[in-house]
This record gives sequence, C-alpha cells and structure tokens, in this order.
Amino acid sequence: MSANEFDVLMPVVIMLAIAVLLFAGALGAAYIISPSKPTELKSTPYECGELPIGDAWAAFNIRFYVVGLIFIIFDVESVLMFPVATIFRRANDAGNGSYVLVMFISFISVLCVGIAYCWRKGDLDWVRSYATESDD
Amino acid sequence: MNNSLVTYLSQFEIFKSLNTGLSSMLGSDASSLIAFTTFLVAGLIITLVMATVGGYGTYAERKISADLQGRIGPNRVGPYGLLQVLADGVKMILKEDVFPRDADKMLFYFAPLLALIGVFGTLAVLPFSSHLALADLNVGVFYLIAISSLVGLSVFLGGYASNSKWAMLGGMRGASQIISYEIPVTLSIIAITILAGGMSFSSLIGTQGGLPHEWYIFHNPFTFIGFFVFFVAGLAETNRAPFDLPEAESELVSGYHTEYTGMRFGLFALAEYIEVFVVSGVAVALFLGGYNLPIHADPNFFPVQLAEVGVFFGKTLALYYVVIWVRWTFPRVRVDSLMVICWKYLTPIAIFNLVGVAIWLVAFDGRSLFNLITH
Repeated sequence: MSANEFDVLMPVVIMLAIAVLLFAGALGAAYIISPSKPTELKSTPYECGELPIGDAWAAFNIRFYVVGLIFIIFDVESVLMFPVATIFRRANDAGNGSYVLVMFISFISVLCVGIAYCWRKGDLDWVRSYATESDD
Repeated sequence: MNNSLVTYLSQFEIFKSLNTGLSSMLGSDASSLIAFTTFLVAGLIITLVMATVGGYGTYAERKISADLQGRIGPNRVGPYGLLQVLADGVKMILKEDVFPRDADKMLFYFAPLLALIGVFGTLAVLPFSSHLALADLNVGVFYLIAISSLVGLSVFLGGYASNSKWAMLGGMRGASQIISYEIPVTLSIIAITILAGGMSFSSLIGTQGGLPHEWYIFHNPFTFIGFFVFFVAGLAETNRAPFDLPEAESELVSGYHTEYTGMRFGLFALAEYIEVFVVSGVAVALFLGGYNLPIHADPNFFPVQLAEVGVFFGKTLALYYVVIWVRWTFPRVRVDSLMVICWKYLTPIAIFNLVGVAIWLVAFDGRSLFNLITH
C-alpha cells in the first residue's frame, strides 16, 4: 500500500475508531454515574402494563422474507450498474456512448422484467391479493 | 485523491517546518505521523460539531414543531431553552441502564454501536468543503451507501434482541423499510454518477457549479424528479416521518427502542439525528451543488474554505428544516402503502430517471438544459 492510499484510507479507520470510543465512553460514563437497581418487575419486557405472555421470537410474517429476497436481487443489480455508470461519460467522450447506452438499457430491461414479474405475481403487495394468487 | 486535508495543510510554512522538525527529531519520515495526528484532530472536531448538530437537532425539532403548532416549545433551560440539549444529555447519563429479562444480552448491548459506526463511517466522506473532507475515496458514494446500511442492521438487531413484542415489530418494519428504500436511493445516485463520471465526492461536486442552473437538480428534467425520489426515499431510510413506522409511537409504543433506556437510547437518538444531517448533506452534494461558491475563488485561500463550509452547512441545514417541516405536516403512512410507495412508485420512477439520464447524456453530450437553451 503506497503512502497516498494510506493517506486516503486512514481517516475512515479513524472515524470508525471514534465511533467505538464514543460508544465506550458514553456507556462507561453512564455505567459509573447511573444507578443500577434491577428488580424482577423492571426487567420484564414492556407490554402496556400487562405481564408478557409468550416469547417475542415467534414466527414472523413471510412478507418480510419476500421483501428481503427482492431487495437482494435489486441491490446486486445496482452494484453491477455502478462501474458502468462511472465509465459512461468517458465512453461517451470517446465516441462509444450509444454502444454503452444499448448495453446499459438492455441490462436495465432485465431489471424491469424482474420487477414486472414480481408485480404481476403480487409480491409487491403487502397484503397479497387472492386475485393474483389464482394466476399461478 | 490529492485534495485531502493534509495536502491542503502542507502548503502552509508552519506545517512544513513541523514536518521537517519532527522528521529530524525522530530520525525518520514523520509525514505519516503528522497525517495521523491531523486526521485525528479533524475527526474529533467533526465529531464534536456533529454531536452538537445531533443534539440541537432534537432542540430544533421541538422548537420548530412548537412554532408550526402555535406553541412556545422548550424555553426554561437557558435563554430560549438553548441549554435544553445539555439538560437532556445529563438526564440520559443519569438514568438507569435497564436490561430486559429475556433479551439477547450481547446483541442488545452492541446494537447502538452498529448505528454509531454506520453514521460516523459516512462522516468520513461527507464533503464539508473542497479540502475539508476527511477522505475523498474514489468510491465515495458507493462506500457511503455500503456503510450506512449498518444503521438498518442496528435497527433490526435492536428490535430483535429486546425480546419484546413492540420492539420486534418495530425492528421487522424497520429492516424491511430501510432495505426497500435503499433501492430508489441507490438508483438516483447512479443517475448522478452517470452525469459526473465518477463516484468520488470531489468529482460529483466538482462537475457542478455554484449557481442554481449549474446544479444537477436543474441539469435536466430527469434529475429534477430524481432529487425528489432521493429525498423521499432518504426520509424513509432515516426513519423520519411520514415514514417513521419502525418507531410509530401511537401504535408500537416506541418501536425498536422500546426497551432501551438511558444512554443506550440516547446513542440511538444521536445516531438518528446525525443521519438526517448526513442524508441532507448527501442530497446537497449530489443535487444542490455542494460546497461550490457562486463566485470563482482560489480554493487554497483560507477564508474561501470557511465560506465553502458555510455554504455547505447553510444548504444542509435548510434541508434539515424541510425534513422537520415534513414531519409535522404529513400524517404517517400505513405499512402496506409504505411498501407500495417504494416498490410501485419510487423504484419504477427511479429506473425511468436512470434510463432518461443515460439517454440524455448520449443525446445531448452531457450538456444541461440551461446550456442547450442559451447556446
């Protein structure tokens, strides 16, 4: 690693270290100053004054899982688009603009097909409608 | 790459003599040590300023909401209630740190740390002026997107680890909301990256000018829409109203930080208010011309640097005001409409903008609308 690269990356590490130090410092100060008198009732999870029934780590709505899956696809696609976006202007100045544009749009149209498919399947609806369910 | 803080400072005589003096004293090249010290001091100053901004964010929130609702707001602690921030901070530290009985202790302990890391990591690349950006990474905005997604993780882990039903629901909503709205944000940023031809903040801001017609928001109709897509999705990314579903106080008690007390809760709040500033700052850098001055001036001249910092903070705090204004104007959206807004409106619009910007670049050789009209 050259000195210049180190020069550029060092502040990032320093800021992350400051975040960790701030966390440790603030909680350390609170640990020393604040009282600690735990009682059984105080440590029960808040449920509007009632005694909690059951565990919160129960099965969750499957919609969250589907949203996660769609997100991963879109996120990977956008990561792949960043390098193209960066060289787009340079390619255009070099006279290859329309070539890159065609590539770019064909890549995005794959993304559009993906979102159209999810839309048609009803995966973008939070409450999945029965009308779309009967299609598959 | 070479407009980092150290390169700027090394043009001053005192800095050079310090370098040579230390080098001869240590018997080796001291430039790395000096760079480290400079960045540490600058980082601490930025942390201090940002903690103040975050603290006064809560004050501004209350004062502005009071103004909008015809109330007075905090006015007891200090003149105009200005010391309310200090009183709140002291109160946070003095309060007991309660651990819920069935919590996942480890995750519960470290969830606020993830939020802080996510926010402070973004501060390292936020461009305050042409020389006061701690790191001008060549993958600047990309790094920013990557590290700020840690905040979403902390929201989910905070909610999950509490083992409380309110917190769990808030964490679930938060995670799905933050990852969903990351797509429109990223697509809007890619559109600007195409125009600027680079991901570093210096190239993103350097290709804009100081006057409004040189900003990317007025570059072409697509970026104009893109700004609003970015801003709306940014509100959702930071869990701000009308998208504050993860902490919807009227339905989920307090959402993902229901079980958090004392300083641990305070760190979550601090991270959230600084993140609002960061999102406003990125919107300014990408769309509103960043720190560029309307007049041409030598950036190595010290007062020019101060003016640039002033311009950046002025624009960013104006946007910050808009964020608070929006909160007290619009009612909260429902969970299902939240997802519909993201996936059926913002994402297709963002894709349309992206294609539009790409075609504009090729068709008009990257010239702005204003440029096309006047020439």
